Parts: sequence; C-alpha cells; structure tokens
Amino acid sequence: MLDKPKTLHATRVDHLLIAEMVAPGSRVLDVGCGDGELLQLLADTKAVDARGVELSRERVNACVARGLSVIQGDADEDLADYPDQAFDYAILSLTIQATLRPREVLENLLRIGRRAIVSFPNFGHWRIRTDLLLWGRMPSTPNLPEPWYASPDSHLCTIRDFVELCEHLDTVVEEAVAFNSSGRRLPIERSLSLQNLFGEKAVFKLRHRAPTRDI
Amino acid sequence: MMAINSSAHHDDIADIGVGLNQATVAFPADEPLHLDSGKTLGPFTIAYNTYGSLNAAKTNAILICHALTGDQHVANRHPLTEKVGWWSELVGPGKPIDTDRYFVICPNILGGCLGSTGPASINPETGAPYGLKFPVITIGDMVAAQHRLIDHLGIYQLFAVLGGSMGGMQVLEWASRYKDRVFAALPIATAAWHSSQNIAFHEVGRQAVMADPNWQRGDYHAHGVVPRNGLAVARMAAHITYLSEDALHEKFGRNLQNRSDLTFTFDADFQVESYLRHQGSTFVDRFDPNSYLYITRAMDYFDLAAENGDVLANAFRGTRTRFCVVSFTSDWLYPTRESREIVQALNAVAANVSFVEIESNAGHDAFLLDEPEFFATIRGFIESCAAKRGLPTLDQED
Repeated sequence: MLDKPKTLHATRVDHLLIAEMVAPGSRVLDVGCGDGELLQLLADTKAVDARGVELSRERVNACVARGLSVIQGDADEDLADYPDQAFDYAILSLTIQATLRPREVLENLLRIGRRAIVSFPNFGHWRIRTDLLLWGRMPSTPNLPEPWYASPDSHLCTIRDFVELCEHLDTVVEEAVAFNSSGRRLPIERSLSLQNLFGEKAVFKLRHRAPTRDI
Repeated sequence: MMAINSSAHHDDIADIGVGLNQATVAFPADEPLHLDSGKTLGPFTIAYNTYGSLNAAKTNAILICHALTGDQHVANRHPLTEKVGWWSELVGPGKPIDTDRYFVICPNILGGCLGSTGPASINPETGAPYGLKFPVITIGDMVAAQHRLIDHLGIYQLFAVLGGSMGGMQVLEWASRYKDRVFAALPIATAAWHSSQNIAFHEVGRQAVMADPNWQRGDYHAHGVVPRNGLAVARMAAHITYLSEDALHEKFGRNLQNRSDLTFTFDADFQVESYLRHQGSTFVDRFDPNSYLYITRAMDYFDLAAENGDVLANAFRGTRTRFCVVSFTSDWLYPTRESREIVQALNAVAANVSFVEIESNAGHDAFLLDEPEFFATIRGFIESCAAKRGLPTLDQED
C-alpha cells in the first residue's frame, strides 16, 4: 500500500520543512524531484496528490517504478505547458540554482501553483564568505562539493538576493525558514542579515501578490 | 440477442496457468456500428481472449489493445504459428500484468483477420468475402467496437487499458472518448497522430500488395489466389522500420547466409536478406492482405488532435484517468518527441501523468521485448494504480 513509507534515504531537513508547509490532501508538483523522496514523504504523511518533473531519465524511471507520477522534463523548458494554478503547491527543492533561467522558472512556479515553495543553498553563509575573503578561492562546502568547473549550479544566490528577486516579482513571502547544517531552524523574521550569515540553506513559501483564485 | 460462443481452451499446458478463455461475440444487424466514415457496419463479430477472472465488483479488468499485425493471442500459444503469446513476458501469473489478480481482455481488432469482422469476413449482402466492399474503418471505430464488447461483458470501468504502437493509439482514443470508463491508461511507443513518414511507409506496403497481380483488385478470394508476394514485400519493408540500424548491425552485420563467399546472384547472400524473406513468407501464412490495407489506412487516418478541434489537449480535458506514457530511445518510427507531445497535452489539462523514456537499441520492437526497466515501470505504475483503486497489491499478498 502507498501508506507504507518507501523512503530510500534518510529524510532531508529541507524536505521535512517543506512537508510542514504543505496542507494535507493538496495537489503538489515537485519540479526537479530527483528520486522522489519528497514526493513519497508528502504522499505518505500528507496524503497529497503528488506529481513530479525530473531531468534525469534514470531517476524518472525509478520514481515511476516506485509508483510515483513523474515525467521526464526540464524546469527551464517544460513548465510553460502547465495551466495557471493547476496545483496548490509548486515546489522547487534545491533545484533553482541549477536552472538556466531561475527568474523565469520562479515566475512559472508562481503561475502554476497557488503557492510556490523554494529551497536553495545560501551562498551568503559565513563559511563561503570566509573562503572567498581569506583564500580567494571558490568555496567548497558539503552543500557545494563540486569544483567550479564541474558544478551543476550555475545560478547560486544568497538569501538576501532571493528576497530581492521575490520583491521584484511582486511576490509575498508567507514563510521563510533558514537552517544550519545540523538542521536547526533560524527564524528569518528576527534578522535577515543574521540568517544570511548563518543559514546554510533556506526554504521559502511564496505567493503572487495578486489574490489567488479559489477554485 | 447476441450470439456468444465461448470455450475454455486447455490444449496447451502453458495456457492453463493464465486462465485462458477464447470467445466471440456477434452483434446483430439491428445493432450496427456507426463508423467515422458515416457508414454503418452490421452484423459484426469480435473475437477475444480473456485470462484470469473478473472480480465480483468487476473492477479488475485490463484491456490490451494489439498492434497492426498482432492479435488476441497475447499470452497463450498462437493457434497458427504455435509461438508463445506476443506479450507473454508481460502478461501472465505473477507478471507485471498479473493474470492471478486481473481479468485481462484482448480482442482482435475490427478489420482484423483472426475472428473479428474484417475484409475477409463474409458480406451478408453477397454471401462472399467483403474484399474492397468492406468500409474503411478508423482507430476510433476499432475502439467503438471494443466498447461494445466491454458493455457486453458487463464491465463499466476498465481498471487499465494498455497497448503499444497502434495499440497505443487505441489507448489514447479510449481515454479520450470514454473518459470515465478508463481508470489508468498506458499508451506505449505510440503517437497522437500518424506522421508523414509513417504514412509514407504504409503507402509503400499497400502499393506492394496492390501491385501483386494475384491481388485482383481485392477480389483474390473469388479467384482462389493470394497476393503472397506483395504482402511479403510489404512486411519486409515494414519490418525494417520496427528495428534500428544498431539492432540490425548487431544481429547481422554483413554476415553471409550459409555460404563463405558472395554468389554473384540475387540469392539471399546476406543474413539480413534471408531474415527479411523469412519474416515476409511466415507473415503471409497468418495475415489477410486486405486486412493489411484496411488497418494501415486506419493508422494513417489517426489524428487525435484533428478529432478535437486541432488542439490535442482538448482530447483529454476533464480526464481523471492516470496516464503512463512510455517511449524507447531507439524507436525512430514513434520517436520520444511524439510521446512528449502527448505528455504536453496531458500537462496542459493538469492530468495525472507519468512519462518514461526507456533506453534500448531494439527500435520500435522494444515494446515487445523484456526490457527490465520497461517492465519495472509498468509494474510500479500498475501497483500504484491498484492501491488507488482499492485492488489487492503485491504488498498485501506478501
């Protein structure tokens, strides 16, 4: 049965935070769903109608073989196919930094979902700043392990950068959670500067300022 | 009343395990089929095989739609060729389409030549085979005939409809025409419309049949002959399109057939020639040449977008069916691009869709082979649908 957890790996902290933001029984699209860990978590714990898009063919096939509704596709290319507000939540977990056009992807996310949930690694973290300042080298951290020439992450940003893009896109930040490597939550309302300095990753729940249409 | 002929078939030990039942249902002249061409066809007969048992709630039925030259013998030994069923790797006890849990129905298509009404059937108006008097039919007509069969079996909603190639076209047509009667749909190695290239290949095949003097303008039955050569050439040409260059190269290369040197004749020097000739001649023994003309025509006419105001998404608007679209990397007859068009249309109506492209070098024929990734996908999709439909799953049986 689907109720039986089929999680393959230890659950990621950002996935747990995202799951907290999702209402039970809702319709969810996970863009860049990987091996389907988040979709499975949401299906198991929140009984959502879970769909996914994933670039890697092998991962898509593994997802479908596990019974998840996933298509092979590209966040940069294929989101345009979806109608407005087709989902309650359009999710992008640790994927936006690997897209070619993050702004367009985010705009599509806000169009397809009544809410968008985005998690990303924070390039403003103090360890990254220190690497650059002291050693003059591109940072290498557990979140960003690849050297600059091999990294799939072409559009890295800081929490402050992301907040600015949200303002630019006329987007309301409904929730924002930064957390450190041990998974401890740092409420961002207290100080954006501190979160930007100490948060290794962040999860944002967003909606477009225009009131969402209730179906 | 409909005449029903049903007989359990226990000639072959291998067939008993799948719970085979071979049957025909005849729909009378006063209940004709209204065809897309505007004509009517009646009486008509549909021959079909079933495997396994229908549950009390009639919710565990799976319809399998066969391809151009397939037939209803999907999981049992073929009565003419004595080969195992064309999808017996996929369908059977404990297989991804598990005949221990599902009631599998596979009808011979309308226009076919293995028991369902087609151009070789007797025209009640003349007492002779229809030949070219048989009306041109469409994929939609084939599906409408299957719909009558499913009604006859007392089944409202099919748990799943699946098929590859032309079978996949029927799956799409089912999901579009009878939305609430399909819980899950698996269009495999197929497209929502037949491409110009595919129409072109079909035209070559038809011309080969019609150029055979034995074809006799479709009236070969009356002359006691069969356009064997024409149909064999059609099959040879088509068979190349079902493979890939890599598959042909790996299988045959430039190897010679039972000889050490070129003979400087037009004999089948090369293995690939011998193979194609064999494919052609064996096909003729089990297939009616006029059926080949009619069925290829039906595929050429298939255009699900055109049927829906030139917007493919309209074909699926309001669907609650769960879709699993499958393509294969080396399939150049129904390339992944065409499966992706189906997926885009389904996304445009926010349908529940899975889409996988399976790595294989076997070409279009890959959908008939035991590709582990392909079978794992089908099994996973069917299991998740079973859970959603409240049917027993493998986990529960453990």
